[in-house]
Amino acid sequence: MDQYSLLREFADSWFLLFMFTFFLGVVVWVFRPGASRYQNEAAEIPFRHEEKPACDDATAAFANDVKEARQ
Amino acid sequence: MWDFVKLAVLGVVAVLAAYAANQARDLAYLVHALIFMAAAGIAFLYTLRNFGEERVVETGYMDKVIRYGVIATVFWGLVGFFMGVYIASQLAFPWLNFEWAQGYLNFGRLRPLHTSAVIFAFGGSALIATSFYVVQRTSAARLWGGNLAWFVFWGYQLFIVLAATGYVLGATQSKEYAEPEWYTDLWLTIVWVAYLAVFMGTLYNRKEKHIYVANWFYLSFIVTIAMLHIVNNLAIPVSIFGSKSVQLFSGVQDAMTQWWYGHNAVGFFLTAGFLGMMYYFVPKQAERPVYSYKLSIIHFWALIFLYIWAGPHHLHYTALPDWASTLGMVFSIMLWMPSWGGMINGLMTLSGAWDKLRTDPIIRMMVVSVAFYGMSTFEGPMMSIRAVNSLSHYTDWTIGHVHSGALGWNGMITFGALYFLVPKLWKRERLYSLTLVNWHFWLATIGIVLYASSMWVSGIMEGLMWREVDAQGFLVNSFADTVAAKFPMNVARATGGLLYLAGACIMAYNLWMTVKRSPAAAEAPAAAPAE
Repeated sequence: MDQYSLLREFADSWFLLFMFTFFLGVVVWVFRPGASRYQNEAAEIPFRHEEKPACDDATAAFANDVKEARQ
Repeated sequence: MWDFVKLAVLGVVAVLAAYAANQARDLAYLVHALIFMAAAGIAFLYTLRNFGEERVVETGYMDKVIRYGVIATVFWGLVGFFMGVYIASQLAFPWLNFEWAQGYLNFGRLRPLHTSAVIFAFGGSALIATSFYVVQRTSAARLWGGNLAWFVFWGYQLFIVLAATGYVLGATQSKEYAEPEWYTDLWLTIVWVAYLAVFMGTLYNRKEKHIYVANWFYLSFIVTIAMLHIVNNLAIPVSIFGSKSVQLFSGVQDAMTQWWYGHNAVGFFLTAGFLGMMYYFVPKQAERPVYSYKLSIIHFWALIFLYIWAGPHHLHYTALPDWASTLGMVFSIMLWMPSWGGMINGLMTLSGAWDKLRTDPIIRMMVVSVAFYGMSTFEGPMMSIRAVNSLSHYTDWTIGHVHSGALGWNGMITFGALYFLVPKLWKRERLYSLTLVNWHFWLATIGIVLYASSMWVSGIMEGLMWREVDAQGFLVNSFADTVAAKFPMNVARATGGLLYLAGACIMAYNLWMTVKRSPAAAEAPAAAPAE
């Protein structure tokens, strides 16, 4: 088979399947149970750190919060 | 040590540019070599004057480059809108193609100047400035790479100047929205890689765990534009001392590559990048988080997966195989869903705060912008259907569609972002005048309505006149008949453009006065000395 037909066949079948499942996977991932908490958290990002960057202590504290929230 | 390296590189570049200018085979190349030489020379002098200066380690957000970006956005906006009004007037009144300026300032030369000035100069500067603002705030980190952000800003401005002068002087590779010749393309590639590095570096340094959705859109814009730009501009220069180059692809492959590029320039430059703006500035101005974060993630992935296939709808009824143009058409229609999902997400962010529409002209601007996003992403897929396209293609309808997207969606969201940014960046308490924002809003909106409706009428009329045949099967109208019939619509569209330009002038005045006259906001120190 020449290169064009080979690539064309691959694009029409396996790669199409891969992309479609990837997309469906994203949708499932977005609606996974317990995701809302993180998403609501993320939606609030624009309302923090308006004036200056987070200092490292705050990061550590935030990372801790996330860890606790996960447990 | 680093200063020595910089000086050496800049010196070598200046000398090489001077040599290239001396060897130049055409006028455009000569002018461009001189511009390169001047740019390298100025950068050389600047580096020399600040040689060995003690560096203060800045810890706050890097906002000065964003302030410059805002100024550039307003400036290029005015230039681009003026060029638009001018070429629209040329279409209505051909004597505006002055005899003494033939070959330089006629419609054919100025049209790419207008499109590039509004898309790449105005839109591009706005995207760079806002992306730098948003990525810092949502990552809670300073821009990565120190002065690299400045290189991105000035490098991009240099690209704009090279592109603009090239069009007037006739250096073009005749690819729509990708007209600049090979060395300008190479320069943009370098700048773009630096841009990607600054953006990714800042994301890498982020102090927030999650990458906010606006950054996803910005990042997809940067990465995809890099890919599109490189593939569509594969060309071999005829001479290293001349501006002419030969495309690597030819025939239908070239056409397909061009419209794969062209449509994704719309999809990723004018849509994904500006959606990044929407997902930050609309929530900020409405003072409430985005309506649904779930929807924003699905919006992102659906847009990414679908847009890239939509290009072939530009090539219906050409040598492109039917299966390819059908594919483009089907994917364009599927794009309805993510586009409208995104529009709903933007509009519903205001749910519970609709009263703001009455009191805040900036949020009104943003809402109209998102509404135009919805309208033009409805119109686009409809026009991509082969049967509709047979009527609409090559007519003014396409121009009207592009402008309802560009003036309505891109322009309005950028104006909204500028009104939001200027008081923040210059530490002012508020804008100089909300009344003037109102004036801008109405002038721009009425301008767009005039523009879009006149182009619908003109385009459909043109399409119908072109396909009209008499009982014997002969065409009824000559091309010149359609041109004559379009006169009133051409005048209406130029008037619409004039109103839009007037609104932008009011904005420029208002922003200027905000910086000069508005009371200062309380300030916090941003810089700390190095330890």
